[in-house]
Amino acid sequence: MSDTNWTNEFLALLGIAGITVEPIHVPSMVQGGQKILWQVDSDDWQRFSQYAKAQGLRWVAGWAEQVPGKGPFFVNACFEKQGLYILLRTIIGEQKPQLLTQANVYPAANRSERHTQDMFGIHFVGHEDNRRWTRHQAWDKHSHPLRKDFPVQGSPETVTPPDMDYPFIKAHGAGVYEIPVGPVHAGIIEPGHFRFQAVGELILNLEERLGYVHKGIEKIAEGRTPESLARLAGRVSGDTTVGHAWAACMAMEQAASVTIPPRAALLRGIYAERERIANHLGDMGAICNDVAFTFAQMQFTRLREVWLRTNAKVFGHRLLMDSIVPGGVANDLTHEDSNSIRQELAVLRKELSEVVNAVDLNSSLEDRLYTAGFLSQELAAAFGALGYVGRASGQHFDARHDAAYPPYDQVKVKVATENQGDIASRFWVRHKEINASLKLIEHFLQQLEPGDIVSPWQTPKSGSEGLGIVEGWRGEIVTFVRFDDHNQIARFYPRDPSQLNWPTLEKLVLNNIVPDFPVCNKSVNGSYSGNDL
Amino acid sequence: MLNIIKKIFTTGVVTEPVKFPTDNELEQLGITLKQRIDKKFNGSIAIRQVDAGSCNGCELEIHALNNPYYDIERFGIHFVASPRHADVLLVTGPVSRHMQTALLRTYDATPNPKWVVAVGDCAACGGEFGVSYASCGAVSNVIPVDVTIPGCPPTPLALMKGLLGLMG
Repeated sequence: MSDTNWTNEFLALLGIAGITVEPIHVPSMVQGGQKILWQVDSDDWQRFSQYAKAQGLRWVAGWAEQVPGKGPFFVNACFEKQGLYILLRTIIGEQKPQLLTQANVYPAANRSERHTQDMFGIHFVGHEDNRRWTRHQAWDKHSHPLRKDFPVQGSPETVTPPDMDYPFIKAHGAGVYEIPVGPVHAGIIEPGHFRFQAVGELILNLEERLGYVHKGIEKIAEGRTPESLARLAGRVSGDTTVGHAWAACMAMEQAASVTIPPRAALLRGIYAERERIANHLGDMGAICNDVAFTFAQMQFTRLREVWLRTNAKVFGHRLLMDSIVPGGVANDLTHEDSNSIRQELAVLRKELSEVVNAVDLNSSLEDRLYTAGFLSQELAAAFGALGYVGRASGQHFDARHDAAYPPYDQVKVKVATENQGDIASRFWVRHKEINASLKLIEHFLQQLEPGDIVSPWQTPKSGSEGLGIVEGWRGEIVTFVRFDDHNQIARFYPRDPSQLNWPTLEKLVLNNIVPDFPVCNKSVNGSYSGNDL
Repeated sequence: MLNIIKKIFTTGVVTEPVKFPTDNELEQLGITLKQRIDKKFNGSIAIRQVDAGSCNGCELEIHALNNPYYDIERFGIHFVASPRHADVLLVTGPVSRHMQTALLRTYDATPNPKWVVAVGDCAACGGEFGVSYASCGAVSNVIPVDVTIPGCPPTPLALMKGLLGLMG
């Protein structure tokens, strides 16, 4: 548990600076762990972030919401230090809404503010990059889909034109050329656009242009029931269906003051660790495949397939979709199945060590993975890199350890770290995390006691809110939910870790060769869908 | 190196002698698929996968078709890097409005004769996302579709069965 004394010192400093902070007591949010809500005057928005930075707070997430009926906007930014989260809120009027940017203090806030600007029309003054981000050409620049007066159907053209005139950064000079890639890529992967400037094979600059898979998730969430929101959250990013469904359910449960049964918490932990292992196995194989080391790709995909078949046999779905429901879980575990899972853990541990021994001793793989795609600790900290990307570059935050929630509050979570910041480090962090997850699953199975797997739902009061924070396989997921009347969702905002990890890719590819881009990209493996929403 | 060779030999060929009960079905399915591909496409078909707005769930299962258990290439089905090389477009996702033009252009870039398979519930009917300011919904709202493979996501076996439907 964290030492929360720093908040007093911080409040004192803010007081001296003349920033008035109004702590707001939200009973539902306290229940879920260590979170506090502070409200500041909109004039102090940017100055608060300067003091937060000086105090060593990490920027976590940012989003807005509009009070129904052309009401004012709530703008939120979330910060964290030592496992304690501060949700900072300010209220601005509907006429010409604007705020001073926090992105010039925290680079991590850059794309988040651009997203809020596109979706709400809130102008962030002083933002160094005021180009559109989530918006392409599906709606015009004077419409803002998340405003309450914007109809969910919008007014799209029969064929939405391509976003031709996006002002990419240009490079000029002898021998400099551009490579546009995407949105449709060569492999079986999600769409997005990458614009390279290169000299010879060397990458001078990379600019990402995402937003192609924007599906209006935040908008179509409004008005849903809790069950329906859990299903939607499970499809924010298909590879993180457990992580996102858990974060959304955690937020809804806080808002509704529902406590899940201990057995459900343990089962959620088992699902989440199974999801982490499945994805890490896939990624480790794919990283090797991108440097043409097919042996490892075949072995890792084989292990992944066996693992997914167990998911299907025991829990009824290969990717565990819709296993987490508001109040608990949908799929229980029989005694026989939990024994067979235990045996499988031992088999995977042995198989993995054999494959990894072969991989570890391979010099051609070392040649390609060591020193390539280097991300310094400073950059990782500036962008707030999460999960294996952060943990390979000195950012050791892990919500399971630093802001533990059930069932992780009952076990000792060992945070896997590496310190070289290269592709190899991101590969080895994943390996360590698989081993840690195997141990966690074993612990959770031991602790399983007979009991309910779902608590009865109770309709939350209108306006109640919750903040779900879960360590997904890519890193910390932060999900905000607010309820309307009649058990309906008023606002849903899921912050996938990819939102913070994508910008690190633009930096870590610099001075690498263009042919190494695929392996650099795979070592980060950001979610397009989770980013674009 | 010895480690690699040892692991390769101790792993053996997982593709054929499979222990999972469903794999009889898999093998049966593969052979029928291969016979039809032989007859209709002279031995092989080239598939270009297009994610037009999916959550990435379908992609994971399409990927699995290439793992050593399914090894779909042995039945004459292979994935290609360009629509110019493709007989079939395998399209996932509700079509996001931001991907609409890209999908239309990919379709136009695919030489005739061509087939379109819409993969997953979203591609089949809009799924969890439906039609909105940001989504065109089902793939058939944007380009002609020959076969749909429902599922969220469809399992690798369902994908193989669905491709069989294309040949039928």
